[in-house]
Amino acid sequence: MSKISLIIKREYSSRVRSRSFILTTFLIPLVFVGFIVGATILTIKGKDQLKIAVVDENGFFKNRLKSDNDVQFDFPANVDTLNYISKGYTALLTISKIDTSKQQTFYVRSQKAIGIGASQTIENKIDEVVEDNMLQQSGIARSKLDSIHDNSHIAKIVSLEENGGTAKESNQLLAYIIGYVCGFLIYLVMLIYGMMVLRGVMEEKTNRIAEVVVSSVNPFELMMGKIIGIGAVGLTQFIMWIALIIVLIAGAQIFLPHDMMEQVKTLQQNNGMMQGGNAVQASEGAQFIFNSLHTLSTANWTFILLCFIFYFLGGYLFYASLFAAVGCVTEDIQSSQSLTLPITMPVIFSFIIGSNAVQVPDSSLAIWASIIPFTSPVVMMSRIGYGVPGTVTYLQLTSSVLVLIAGFLFTTWLAAKIYRTGILMYGKKITWKEMMKWAFRRS
Amino acid sequence: MQNTYENPFEQRKQCWQLGYTFETKSYSMNILELHHLKKYFATQKAVDDISFSIEQGSIFGLLGPNGAGKTTLLRMITGIFYPDEGEIILEGKKFDPQHDTIKIGYMPEERGLYKKMKIGEQALYLAQLKGLSKTDALEKIKFWFQRLEMQSWWNKKVEDLSKGMSQKLQFVTTVLHEPKLIILDEPFSGLDPVNANLIKDEIYGLAQRGCTIIFSTHRMEQVEEICDHIVLVNLGNKILDGSVQQVKNDFKENKFKIQLHEKPSIIDSPVFEVINQEDAKLVVKINDGFKSNDVLKHFIDQQVNIEGFNEILPSLNDIFIRLVEGTKATTRQFQKI
Repeated sequence: MSKISLIIKREYSSRVRSRSFILTTFLIPLVFVGFIVGATILTIKGKDQLKIAVVDENGFFKNRLKSDNDVQFDFPANVDTLNYISKGYTALLTISKIDTSKQQTFYVRSQKAIGIGASQTIENKIDEVVEDNMLQQSGIARSKLDSIHDNSHIAKIVSLEENGGTAKESNQLLAYIIGYVCGFLIYLVMLIYGMMVLRGVMEEKTNRIAEVVVSSVNPFELMMGKIIGIGAVGLTQFIMWIALIIVLIAGAQIFLPHDMMEQVKTLQQNNGMMQGGNAVQASEGAQFIFNSLHTLSTANWTFILLCFIFYFLGGYLFYASLFAAVGCVTEDIQSSQSLTLPITMPVIFSFIIGSNAVQVPDSSLAIWASIIPFTSPVVMMSRIGYGVPGTVTYLQLTSSVLVLIAGFLFTTWLAAKIYRTGILMYGKKITWKEMMKWAFRRS
Repeated sequence: MQNTYENPFEQRKQCWQLGYTFETKSYSMNILELHHLKKYFATQKAVDDISFSIEQGSIFGLLGPNGAGKTTLLRMITGIFYPDEGEIILEGKKFDPQHDTIKIGYMPEERGLYKKMKIGEQALYLAQLKGLSKTDALEKIKFWFQRLEMQSWWNKKVEDLSKGMSQKLQFVTTVLHEPKLIILDEPFSGLDPVNANLIKDEIYGLAQRGCTIIFSTHRMEQVEEICDHIVLVNLGNKILDGSVQQVKNDFKENKFKIQLHEKPSIIDSPVFEVINQEDAKLVVKINDGFKSNDVLKHFIDQQVNIEGFNEILPSLNDIFIRLVEGTKATTRQFQKI
């Protein structure tokens, strides 16, 4: 077995067998799902009802302001700014004379600020009453207006992309989600696994094992073995996450009612229609699942996965060797912090540009940032969901790929030269300036 | 003391009672030759034109004060550093770090092992990195672990070992692949006398089997005891090169210890100067132009019975201090180049 593969094997197996790897692999998806579920449950029921005492000078709103789960309106007599709390109300709403010709301001008093959600609700309720009143004055029934609203929703926008004569259906929301998720994952990979490389290199240096090992293998093999080994750990973790998600989704299907799944199948076979025309309506749930599946099928998953793996590896290799260079000149985490800042800054910037690029995928900032290798892994992945060669041209994609390959070859070369000198140097504080000197001197 | 060195190899044979294949030694052959090695760092000349050669099967002492350039020299010999100038000849051929690492075992002064790794796996990994196959490596690990009574350690982690134990492990990983050239930097630091003797015996044994050992240390009494040949470096230069016996002879100051039967009446003589006198015991320095027999003649003429007459050879420690202090620069001054 060649030496570099021995090193890769050691780096890989010592990490994959560690307790923290197993824990993060299984816990992170669970925590993630738990977070989503928890947040949903909290938004659904976690709120207390707000009790509001209303002082209505005209008596116009009495019995018209409708209470609901969020707010309860009461119209008690003899309530004022001094005694509303002692009477058991959270807030006091004072409504002066109504003047429909201009926008009016009303005041809600409370001990604590009532929050934007509650104040929005109150505003809507008041507007509704005023609107009702105006409808009445114009002789229009509320039920009539509601039915007009419902029936006027006849248009649905499906954006089609020019694709060599044939138009392809594209979905902005899906592209947004793909871009955001992929960009975020790559951002995490570069930081988490980059730091893992840094710590691994630093550990070898402070343990003094480095000198023993470099007397058997050359420093480049040691560095590359570590980078590749840890990269393989990252890839393994992702594959396991994907497998876990598939299992979770398959598990979720068991809990769905059988006839709903049957309906989904029928919808799929008949291109979104139920048999027997519009007479038979699919249930809302089945319709939702069908729509989601249909939306998902519009994306080119193989292509996206290939790109993801490329940018995952490219971005990782680009940054990991820089992290290795920092690791080999520092002996403790504290002193490494000032040196890692120039590396982590572009990673963080790329995430900021990336979250912008998922919204405006063809801004010139997004285009350039998806070609420059410091930011391209995150930014290109956040644009790629919008389609190639639509939003991202072939020219942009190829140049981004080539520049990234050249980029990581360059950072690896640079890091190898720094590593060679730094790994056996102790007791001296090294700056980036010195590291660059080592890298660019003739040997 | 000197008598024990008359035949060091005889002594080693006694220490080594292992039925391993013995290589026939050819003492004429140099396993390693260094020709005009130079290594300059930005702020200092770490190694400045050093040449010497090491005979196969010898135990060679590389000595020098802190910061003399020993470690840099050793790192060049192990292929960790490339020399700026000069060449290294290993077994008659130009040293090739890529392929020759299996011929070399290096135990650096700063010990290093993976703390979280199991001891057996660690030894296996390091042996495989040297180029042994897995089966070969396992067989040799078994042999050495048995020999040094370490079998029960296999599944322990390095962080569970004491300093002396990890030192032993480090030694085993250094010699496991049976290198022809073994470089030991301060091999006894941190070892108790029992374990130090154990390792010392192993070193003799390895030399007996034809291994050459480069031994770097500050402990001069160990050098006197173990080494055949020494080189002393200071400030990146070689300042001494020779066999232990020869070096001591070169630095002798014509001092003799004389044990007389009774206190002599006249001790003033143009032949010698008395350095120390304690009743009938004298330490004298013979003046230039005279020989030891002249001293004996002086006492015979006085009819004083001589019970003992020994030359005092300087210890390596004295020689070391004399030479290094002579350069007045044990602390290296940094200079901009």
